[in-house]
Amino acid sequence: MSELLCTPTPVTTKEGILELLKDKGGAQYYSQMKEMKVDQEALARDLEQTCKSRTRTWLSVCAHCAMCADSCFFYRTNNNDPTQIPSYKIQVTLGELLRRKGKVDAEFMIKCMDAAWGKCTCCNRCAVYCPHGIDTGVMFSYLRGILFKHGFIPWEMKIGSGMHRVYGAQMDVTEEDWIETCEWMVEEHQEEWPELEIPVEKENADVMYVLNAREVKHYPDDIAQAAILFHVTDTNWTVPREGWENTSLTMFAGDWEGCSQNVKRIYAAIDRIKPKVVVGTECGHAHRATVVEGPYWAGQESGDPPVRFMHYVEWVAEMLRTGKLKIDPAKKLKMPCTLQDSCNYVRNHGLGMATREIMSYIAEDFREMDPKGDHNFCCGGGGGLNGIGLYRKERNIGLKNKLDQIHATGAEMVITPCHNCWDAIRDMMEVYEEHNIKWSFLKPLLVDMLIIPDHIPHNEV
Amino acid sequence: MLDFITGPLFIISLAVFVIGLLARAVMYVRGLDARLERVAYSYHTDRSIPGALVSIFKWLVPGGTSGWRAQPVAAVLFFILHFGAVLIPLFLLGHTVLLETYVGISLPSLPGGVADVLAIMALSGLVLLALRRLSSPALRQLNSGQDWLILLLTFLPFATGLMARFDGGAYQTWMIAHVLSGELFLLLAPFTKLSHIVLFFMSRAQIGMDFAIKRGGATRGGAFPW
Repeated sequence: MSELLCTPTPVTTKEGILELLKDKGGAQYYSQMKEMKVDQEALARDLEQTCKSRTRTWLSVCAHCAMCADSCFFYRTNNNDPTQIPSYKIQVTLGELLRRKGKVDAEFMIKCMDAAWGKCTCCNRCAVYCPHGIDTGVMFSYLRGILFKHGFIPWEMKIGSGMHRVYGAQMDVTEEDWIETCEWMVEEHQEEWPELEIPVEKENADVMYVLNAREVKHYPDDIAQAAILFHVTDTNWTVPREGWENTSLTMFAGDWEGCSQNVKRIYAAIDRIKPKVVVGTECGHAHRATVVEGPYWAGQESGDPPVRFMHYVEWVAEMLRTGKLKIDPAKKLKMPCTLQDSCNYVRNHGLGMATREIMSYIAEDFREMDPKGDHNFCCGGGGGLNGIGLYRKERNIGLKNKLDQIHATGAEMVITPCHNCWDAIRDMMEVYEEHNIKWSFLKPLLVDMLIIPDHIPHNEV
Repeated sequence: MLDFITGPLFIISLAVFVIGLLARAVMYVRGLDARLERVAYSYHTDRSIPGALVSIFKWLVPGGTSGWRAQPVAAVLFFILHFGAVLIPLFLLGHTVLLETYVGISLPSLPGGVADVLAIMALSGLVLLALRRLSSPALRQLNSGQDWLILLLTFLPFATGLMARFDGGAYQTWMIAHVLSGELFLLLAPFTKLSHIVLFFMSRAQIGMDFAIKRGGATRGGAFPW
């Protein structure tokens, strides 16, 4: 094959994406990666310029106490394999890279890639259990950035980064596709909800809603459900025409420039539309990329987004709390339920209170996982791992930890307001042949349980 | 000989220790980068200051964090070492006398019995930590020369100090060994993992600020629940 698929250059064209996609599973891509030359001088320069005292101190002061070991689900699910200890994983990759001042070869960089994407989901749980507060998840994210710059990233990450750069979304969904899907969903549900609408680019709306391209491409009913929930709560809402997608495979890929482009696109929409608040769909990493890390990529010095920017669970909690959304008590979930704490907005943004507030309205028999909240474990598929074929086996091993947690609760339903967690839970049920446990986003449950206010026209269909 | 090692050499060692650790702390802070690290260090001080303090103090209390509670063996060994390792150098009568003579600072001193217990606990902690390094499969994967060095550097002053305390016959010899090994500890601290004496506070403050400013400080309702 003559095409050079594996280079340090990011993908910025449709043709580039298609060429990569044609290479099934990235066979050629990975084979070319082995021959890719490492620009050692540039690497040394990158490390010198971007790796400062926080990270260097983390690496040098680590007391090798192994308290991070048991905090990591990879360590636990791999029979306490010492090479899965977070400290070990980062010392033999980033630590070694710094010690050698970038004088490494492709084989070493591939080993770094294998660890950065196959042995860490950047869940940051290790940071909570280290006496020094060393955040190995943050270091692996930093390493991903270095690896992206030099071209040593998984095939799907290269494609994902390209998708965002070309389409402004994680999938090949054009502005036309997006608007048409909104119109289609309104049409589909117009009979049941005569006054349902999805206003596009409505200036000065109270709420601007942004979402995940997966919903447009594969789960459009989610969009309809979002519209219905805004409708019955009398929310003055809108969606942007451009800057409607707030996920970030670029963040998983270590493509900081791509991340910045994504966030700026959304903040530009905020600028145009001037909403009071922005609400993002049920997606963990989207919230992390746009609200937690995002302001920095967009040059906001304070680290705050330009306007109040909520995760979907914050909006739902508020609607329930203020009575704008009322749940029919007869329709509350009776089966034992548990709750997944998505790392990116619970441990890393403190929204565990909001999700629990919601559970108090919708579930009669809610059982907490152990550990829970800010101390809960990653689903096993975060950080892009769900989508990376090269590490599927490793991911499937890691999923066992979360499945064990779910089993221990006795729950028959897992509430999981996060796309990656949802996928991980779906996959673990399949991989481990568990057929008796359901899992769900919030939207479909809420639409089924809500009491329709009198003034909202509704026809039984 | 004793005059020199308890006089000028002591001053030099103490100066290297204090100035060296101060320099490490200053260099750490100066090397922080709000943009690169994506933490707005100078914003939201109403959250970041409590966040930093909670991050530090919870870990200074035995069982004060989920981390300590999840690793009870490591936690116990850590605390029996550090109670003595911190309190003895600062508050042992033999040391407070030196400090008052040379620097003019007057610190309270520990009762003799308490000092004995703390010192023996510290020594036991060191030995048990060394055994843990040798026997735990996890630690065996991580152990490095530096880890053994600082165990040794800390072991020597405590061992020789206790010997000076209990072996009256060879007091002079043990004292010389004690002072020299103590000064070695002071001299090397800023250049080894012993620098955690200040860097622990630096890195804990940093992560506390990170979680307070950026990762939930505004929405969690309080500092991170370590």
